[in-house]
Amino acid sequence: MACFLAPAAEAIIVSVIKKNEQRKEEVALKNEVAASATTTSETGIPWSRKLSWLTRMLWGGVFLLAIEHIWHGEVVPWPPFLTAMNNPADIQPMLMEILTVGGTMVLFVTAVWYVMTLVADRIYQKSDVLATSEK
Amino acid sequence: MCLLITLLAAVISTIVWYVNAPKRQLGLGTLSLMYWGAALMWTVDGFFRVAEGEPFLDLSVNDALLGLLIVICGLVAWLLILLYNDPKKVFKTFQFKN
Repeated sequence: MACFLAPAAEAIIVSVIKKNEQRKEEVALKNEVAASATTTSETGIPWSRKLSWLTRMLWGGVFLLAIEHIWHGEVVPWPPFLTAMNNPADIQPMLMEILTVGGTMVLFVTAVWYVMTLVADRIYQKSDVLATSEK
Repeated sequence: MCLLITLLAAVISTIVWYVNAPKRQLGLGTLSLMYWGAALMWTVDGFFRVAEGEPFLDLSVNDALLGLLIVICGLVAWLLILLYNDPKKVFKTFQFKN
C-alpha cells in the first residue's frame, strides 16, 4: 500500500547525517592540511562516502517502488496521494504495512549496507597493506 | 518477474561499473545502487507475500512489463542525474563557444 514511506523517511534522515558528516570531514581535512603534512595517509573509507552508498540505495529503491505503487494504482498524483486514505477502513492496514513491511525493508537494506561497508573496509585495508609491502 | 528483472539489471550495472572502475565519470555506481536498493526492498516484500500464503515471485506478463518499466525509469533517473552533474563539462563548453 505505502511500504516505501518507511525507507523514504530513513533516506531523508541519512541524507541529513551525510551532509553533516561531509561538512565535518571537509573542516577536518582543511585543519589537517594547515597543521602539518606529516599525517596525510587516510585510515579508511570516509563515512560520508559510505553514507552516500546507503542514501543512493534508499532513494533509488524508494523511487522505483513508488513507480510500482503508481502502476498498481496505490499512489495517485492528486491528494491524498495514497488511495488507501480514501477509505477509513484501509488506513489502519496501511499504517500496519508501513510499520511491518516498510520497517523490515529499512532494517534489511541497512544491514546489507553495513556488511558492504565492512567488506569494503577489509578490501581497502588489504590493498593498503599490499601497496606498502610492494614499496 | 519484476524482482528478477530488477536483480538482473542490478547485476549487469554492477559488472559495467566494475569494468569501468576506477573511472567514476558516468556515475554507474549510482545506477547499480538504485537497482540493488529496489531489489532488496522487493525481496522483503516477497517474504511477506509468502507469509500471507502467496507465491514469492509473480511470474505474470503484467509483472514482467512492470519490471521493464522499472529498468527504464532507473535508466532515465540515472541519465537525468548524469546530465545535471555534467561530469564531462559538456554544457560548460557551450558557454565558451557562444
